[in-house]
Amino acid sequence: MEYQNILTTCIYCGCGCPLYVQILDGEIVGVLPSKEHPISRGQLCIKGWNATAFVYHSDRLKTPLIRRGDSLEEATWAQALGLVAQRLATIRDESGPDSIGFLTSAKCTNEENYLLQKLARAVIKTNNVDHCARL
Amino acid sequence: MSVIEQVRAHVKERLQQLDGVVALRQTVEGTAPFLFREGDNLDQLALEPQYPLAPVVSLLHKRDPAVRIGVVARGGDVRALVEMAKREQVDPERLHIIGVACTDDEAQDCRCSDPAPSIDAWPHAVLVGTPAQGAGPNPLVAEYDKMSLEERREFWERQFSKCIKCYGCRNICPVCFCESCALEDPLWVEKGVLGPPFPMFHLIKAMHMAGRCVACRQCELACPAHIPLTVLYDLMRRDVEALLGYVPGEDLGMGPPLSLTLEEAPLRAKVR
Ligand code: SF4
Ligand code: SF4
Ligand code: SF4
Ligand code: SF4
Repeated sequence: MEYQNILTTCIYCGCGCPLYVQILDGEIVGVLPSKEHPISRGQLCIKGWNATAFVYHSDRLKTPLIRRGDSLEEATWAQALGLVAQRLATIRDESGPDSIGFLTSAKCTNEENYLLQKLARAVIKTNNVDHCARL
Repeated sequence: MSVIEQVRAHVKERLQQLDGVVALRQTVEGTAPFLFREGDNLDQLALEPQYPLAPVVSLLHKRDPAVRIGVVARGGDVRALVEMAKREQVDPERLHIIGVACTDDEAQDCRCSDPAPSIDAWPHAVLVGTPAQGAGPNPLVAEYDKMSLEERREFWERQFSKCIKCYGCRNICPVCFCESCALEDPLWVEKGVLGPPFPMFHLIKAMHMAGRCVACRQCELACPAHIPLTVLYDLMRRDVEALLGYVPGEDLGMGPPLSLTLEEAPLRAKVR
């Protein structure tokens, strides 16, 4: 029998509370707050306590899905991202760059947010960039 | 030999006969509960900060009905194990307790009146360290006692209005092990609505702590809203002792006084 706690970071908001994921024989069995860490100080909100609830959930998506007509079809990441890039280019060419907006997240790193606005401004050429905190 | 060295020596010895020992492990990442097994580096075994270890014992006992483990337990852990054993959440025959007496400073920190694990009734147990005297009653309870009924209501209204309904006080509590919890029953607590129903949310948990709360203070430490939850549960403990002569966690041989049927989990796995 193997039981241990693995330190990770809550994925649900910009606070980024550290938490432990309890692992019993390779299976996630729960969450514990990190008592020593200065951010969470042994306390979590309801999302942190349930941060692993999706892992074995039957509704969890395990591959990208592409909508074709009324059905969603499984796809590879290359197919899904290729389709997104192609549609963004088409919409920009047909309706202009400002017909597109980019929404980013407090949960991303500064660098990821920088990259997203770079994609918006330098590739699509729009200043429509906003943030989940204002949605 | 220092206390921690004595604990490590006991763990080393017990590991030769047991499947593992539950204790805190300190690594560069931090300190958290861990199942030490033979050959593991016992220099990593730590005694702080205090995490509730009784639920880990229960988890392992339920997962494997044959597993025999030890636990490095403070007073609060042993009191929790006592109440859990009475409700078939842990199996005393398959548990070796290495009890650690807290120092007086630690007891003051936790406001613990009973900082030395009482191990006599357990089939396999040792105690390390010198039992300290323990802290006096919670000063907030004395303040509360002086309040009028109206002031008490205002006090709880003010405190409970801070609650963010995180369920942390229930999740961390070693004696909250019900498979289905009244606090998740839409009859009492509507899902997706903040704040929690006043005062039902907190009073349901308080009522369920009658004859169960072992005053480990883990709930209060886990509360992001800094609600002095132990005032509530200390009052409950005081009434249960006065009316029924029962102190939860004290005596392994004494049956719990209330046969409140919560949907207590049989000895099998629970995943939260
Ligand atoms: S536990 Fe709550 S506050 Fe902390 S990062 Fe997760 S969502 Fe944010
Ligand atoms: S209610 Fe609080 S103090 Fe009482 S046993 Fe649970 S966590 Fe410990
Ligand atoms: S039903 Fe009561 S005792 Fe059981 S887990 Fe919920 S709050 Fe705790
Ligand atoms: S831990 Fe505090 S904030 Fe969270 S549900 Fe309990 S009382 Fe409310």
